[in-house]
Amino acid sequence: MINASRGVQGRHPGLTRYFQTLRYALHVIVRPFDGFWDLSREHRGSVAAANTIIALALITRVLKLQYTSFQFLMVHWETVNVVREMLSILLPLLIWCCANWCWTTLFDGKGSFRDVYMGMGYAITPYVLLQLPMILLSNFITVKEGSFYGVLNMVSLLWCAGLFIAAMMQIHDFSLGKTILFTIMSLFGMLVIVFLLLLFFSLLSDAAGYFVALYREILFRLN
Amino acid sequence: MRERNLRLPALLAAALLLASSFLPAFALDGYDYTYTYNYDFWGELRESPDVYRVESVINYRDIGLDSPMKTPQSLFVRGSELYVCDTGNNRILQLRRKGAGFTLVRVIDEVKGAEPSSFNAPYDIFVDDEGWMYVCDQNNNRIVKMDAEANYVMSFVKPTDETFTQTLAFLPAKLVVDVAGRVFALCKNVNKGLMKYEADGTFTGFIGASEARFNWYDYIWKLLSTKEQRAQQQNFVPTEYENICLDPEGFIFATIAIFEEGDITSTKPIRRINSIGSDILIRNAEEIPMGDLDWDSASEINGPSRLVDVTVFDNGIYVALDRVRGRLFGYDKQGHMLWAFGGPGGSDGYFKRPTSLERMGYDLLVLDQQECSITVFTPTEYGSLIYSATEQYLQGAYDESAETWRRVLARNGNYDLAYIGIGRALLREDQYREAMHCFEVARDRKNYGEALRLYRKEWVEENAGWIFPLILALLVGPLLIGGIRKMRAEVNGR
Repeated sequence: MINASRGVQGRHPGLTRYFQTLRYALHVIVRPFDGFWDLSREHRGSVAAANTIIALALITRVLKLQYTSFQFLMVHWETVNVVREMLSILLPLLIWCCANWCWTTLFDGKGSFRDVYMGMGYAITPYVLLQLPMILLSNFITVKEGSFYGVLNMVSLLWCAGLFIAAMMQIHDFSLGKTILFTIMSLFGMLVIVFLLLLFFSLLSDAAGYFVALYREILFRLN
Repeated sequence: MRERNLRLPALLAAALLLASSFLPAFALDGYDYTYTYNYDFWGELRESPDVYRVESVINYRDIGLDSPMKTPQSLFVRGSELYVCDTGNNRILQLRRKGAGFTLVRVIDEVKGAEPSSFNAPYDIFVDDEGWMYVCDQNNNRIVKMDAEANYVMSFVKPTDETFTQTLAFLPAKLVVDVAGRVFALCKNVNKGLMKYEADGTFTGFIGASEARFNWYDYIWKLLSTKEQRAQQQNFVPTEYENICLDPEGFIFATIAIFEEGDITSTKPIRRINSIGSDILIRNAEEIPMGDLDWDSASEINGPSRLVDVTVFDNGIYVALDRVRGRLFGYDKQGHMLWAFGGPGGSDGYFKRPTSLERMGYDLLVLDQQECSITVFTPTEYGSLIYSATEQYLQGAYDESAETWRRVLARNGNYDLAYIGIGRALLREDQYREAMHCFEVARDRKNYGEALRLYRKEWVEENAGWIFPLILALLVGPLLIGGIRKMRAEVNGR
């Protein structure tokens, strides 16, 4: 990728390129159609930047739980598991990428798995950009002024949703109708993947249980 | 603590005897057992110091009767007099409180001058300020009014009005009488609300009918079924009240015990009814007053609380009695649960089939129709502190109230209402930050918002010296920089 990028200068060309691609996220969120088109085709985005954005989103999620005023978010800490909170974003995202790639590859989608993942990463930028200041904001406003918070919350999610659609359209070169169709099919695909995973782990634990039982039985007979 | 330690083994033994082998052995109803408790913000049960202690358990021998009571249905307190409806024996016992005990004053078993003169299943009694006695004489189909010497005055009977289904028998079960002498009666098989009689005995209609409820699922099911099927199905009927009680302000408190498990919050099992029949109970807590918030559905004692009676203190605090688990629940005027205690069983302070609850001052009296006994509870120091803190607040003695709440906290650190009480006092003293802390601990959003607003105002006023210049700089700065750049570009361009 680095070879393909143009205009790389400075002492650390890799680092410069990384910051350029990261900064490109700010361009993508305001000009999604151009932005997502150029993301992979003009090599203006990078997986490293997408990884960073996703990592930031995960951190934002945890920071939000910890530091948002209790007026807007009541957290029952006895039941919170930080790893689970993070996985609740990460796993659906990865499964979505898989499902989406599986379908679109079969139906003329232009994007590779890498492109889909990168698109998704860039598309959740507004979540980080809005939710982080909102944590601060929540500590300054009262519950009566909560509509500000509610609207911002809604905006951050709808913005991401819009970017998701735009990313799908541009990465696969789909029309809007086709994108929506494949969104629904991808959701269905996610269910199938989850089902298969559950089935797999269930069978695996049964198989393991069989050998454990066998081992115990032998020990019991030997004694 | 010592009491509980003694009771637990006894209860376990009872549980083992009663319950079949598949039941969990640690408690009769599936809970980890604790006698007195409260729910925290998340609806989780938190142990609490005892708020009430059993002072005495009165049965027929203690008051000098020869024969036991038989399915007694109701208690009534007026001053230091306690009236017990000994329904199965067709008589009413009048007891008087003397110190810790009760003595029998008289047995009322006939209405002098009435026809018939004896009672037949007297279900409830009401005695007004002037000594007039009103009795629901159920199987004689009348409500009979007597003077203090039990001489017949008049009776309230089945109305000839067509709003009352004439084929139904008139079976009065519970009654209250307001200051104007109007009688409000709860009758068996009547679901139109309370029957209201004027002082002269004329029936003037029903009030407080509980609205008929049905959900769309039932509705669709009904649309799909045939006429014959529909006839066999239950009708959409309004729920019936279980019991009524007159509060010190003259409103009627009512409980509802018959509802589907899932409908508990929409049923609103405790209601306060005004003169036109609207429910005016304040429900400001996260959960409406409904007894236990969490229940087991597997064991023999299952399902939500079924509140069979309610009683109201002068300070607006009310207590409800649960038939299923023999528990009492106290609520303040805003609908916050103050405490809960009790349990099923035969030991002192536990009930088998409680039916009626009354109060005498702050003491609580509970009638158990199976044990045929009356349990007298007196508040502990902790319980009294909760009451006095509430009262001090109502009287406007906010600082004293906060001080009392601090003493409550010293005894129970899980008590959210104490934090709110202290927070309110701090708020009045302009200690906003400390108040915010208290409200945050109690997770009281509304009061916290108020404290935060005041604190924010104070903070901005104190720091205005640098905040406003900063904002100004942030607004004007970019403009200035932009202007300079533009100028420089123009200069350079030329």
